[in-house]
Amino acid sequence: MAGSVLEIKNLHVSIEDKEILKGVNLTIKGGEFHAVMGPNGTGKSTLASAIMGHPSYEVTEGSITLDGEDVLEMEVDERARAGLFLAMQYPSEISGVTTSEFLRSAMNARREEGDEISLMKFIKEMDEALDFLEIDKNMAQRYLNEGFSGGEKKRNEILQLLLLKPEIAILDEIDSGLDIDALKVVSKGINKMRTDNFGTLIITHYQRLLNYITPDFVHVMMKGRVVKSGGPELAKRLEAEGYEWIKEELGIQDETVGQEA
Amino acid sequence: MTVVTKLPYDKDYIAQFSSDRNEPEWMKSLRLKAYEQAETLDMPKPDKTNISRWNFSTFKHGTEGERISSLSELPVDLKAFIDQDNLPENLLIQRNESVAYRALSKDLEDKGVIFTDILTAVKEHSDLVEKYYMKDAVQIDEHRLTALHAALMNGGVFVYIPKNVQVETPIQTIFWQEDPEAALFNHVLVVADEGSELTYVENYFSTNESQATVANIVTEVIALDNAKIDFGGVDHFAAGTTTYVNRRGAAYRDATVDWALGLMNDGNTVSENITHLIGNGSSTDMKAVSVGRGKQIGNITSKTVHFGKDSVGHILQHGVMTGSASNVFNGIGKIEHGATRSDAVQESRVLMLSEDARGDANPILLIDEDDVTAGHAASVGRVNELDLYYLTSRGLKRREAERLIIHGFLEPVVAQLPIESVKKQLTSVIERKVQ
Repeated sequence: MAGSVLEIKNLHVSIEDKEILKGVNLTIKGGEFHAVMGPNGTGKSTLASAIMGHPSYEVTEGSITLDGEDVLEMEVDERARAGLFLAMQYPSEISGVTTSEFLRSAMNARREEGDEISLMKFIKEMDEALDFLEIDKNMAQRYLNEGFSGGEKKRNEILQLLLLKPEIAILDEIDSGLDIDALKVVSKGINKMRTDNFGTLIITHYQRLLNYITPDFVHVMMKGRVVKSGGPELAKRLEAEGYEWIKEELGIQDETVGQEA
Repeated sequence: MTVVTKLPYDKDYIAQFSSDRNEPEWMKSLRLKAYEQAETLDMPKPDKTNISRWNFSTFKHGTEGERISSLSELPVDLKAFIDQDNLPENLLIQRNESVAYRALSKDLEDKGVIFTDILTAVKEHSDLVEKYYMKDAVQIDEHRLTALHAALMNGGVFVYIPKNVQVETPIQTIFWQEDPEAALFNHVLVVADEGSELTYVENYFSTNESQATVANIVTEVIALDNAKIDFGGVDHFAAGTTTYVNRRGAAYRDATVDWALGLMNDGNTVSENITHLIGNGSSTDMKAVSVGRGKQIGNITSKTVHFGKDSVGHILQHGVMTGSASNVFNGIGKIEHGATRSDAVQESRVLMLSEDARGDANPILLIDEDDVTAGHAASVGRVNELDLYYLTSRGLKRREAERLIIHGFLEPVVAQLPIESVKKQLTSVIERKVQ
């Protein structure tokens, strides 16, 4: 059985009455790795936040469905339990709650009551994932993201990805602020997820990440829309030539959206 | 302002109470003098809380409680305080005004450790108790409630750790107000002599939802030179008990008094936790968490007073308010002239869970010395929406996410309590209170 299908149609999203997304269309299927690229301020992170249900963003038009179910009707936690995951650019620091306590609660949230993961099994799975991501085991006993370095936070997001095993994951600038070693580890984690049942939308403005993760599809966002789509070769061309040629091709002066002039 | 409330017990009663217990003369005269002072002293005036209508006069004094022969006789609520897998070696349970159970390890007894109820200590260790009782830490005439406390003192414990004795296992007390109307005028006196160390943990507990009574508690915690005291406490009086609890530390040269207090009373409460950093190099780490629910009104003060040079005082107060509870958190760092290079830092945070609840955080720094470091942070707010978003984005239901955040918020004290059962019990009290 192939994985889930996340379908985004004509998505318009506003924050504080300012329209950021102006009609995004994207379909992500199980087994597919999509990269969304584009300069800063073009609406990439807004797309990620709107899919997950960030409280500050308002969807004004269009639809998001997961296997035909209306995602926009779901609460944030329901979206997660339906199979969506967002690795956040700026994860919250939750004081007093250990990373392992949180992970276990999150894993159990997806399971039926009475079918909670046993402590032994949880520790085994967590330890394996920590080793795989070359994370110090002490992190599990530290408070969630509190005092974590930028790199530790990103690894922690990928740790959650590995343990929660979503159907569709959106990774919002998972590569920003990482040194090359950390980037390799994070990429290794993402690649480990690659199966026919897992689809992902990787948001980045650096081609660098795509040296380690090969996307099946590459999309470029400007002015709150997907303006160009292609295969991995598109990323290579962006790396070599930047975004100017796309702007020229499409007659775009200012690629940003919703920014103060 | 004149005092209008009539004292419910008179001088003859107090004299008789003292005689019945064969108290030494000093204690009897201290009580009688305190009673006279109580008649003229004003009530305390906690900042931003009006306590003039609180019940401090309806209560029953002189209520005995039966002994128990084994810990298994305890009701289940009290059993929860005790580590069942690892029964405490050093435990005192006070039932109303009587000692229901007492254990002290042979080892500590041999080393000269004293751990006994205060009324016995007054007789058996008269000189030692007299030396410290309401002298170094709390004064009898601070206000009407301290004087009343001294006059009517009817329970508590005395702990004395001799010089250079390190107590490895915690000393635990449980104060059980079993009778719904019994008043606890409890006095806890902990003295750690030079170079000694101990961990002390106490629980207060009652179930009187509607019957009114009073808890008037004075706790003096004295760490002599180079001594270290870890003090843990969980107060959980039911709604009927009005509480005044004054926990005062005095730290001499290079001494440390650390506090972890869970303030879980459901009745109106004034809690004052003050540490006097008397000696050079003395320090205190004061942590208190509280949960207010129902109509509870609370006034919670944590204060460090720096006299010694290089003294360090850190305060953390976290409060969660539900229902229509209203709590004020005062954090005070006072550095006296001459306390050079002292460090006074405080943090007070209040988390509001309902529209009708009220919370107030007052950070105060009073500094009379130039060469010091000091800082404060205070906030009153709701559960952060972005934190909830993050947690729910992993599949946790909103309620479960809130629960985690609240527990995390109160964790600083829970984590520091040295007895696993007390920790668990506090966690479950928090769980029930924030539901």
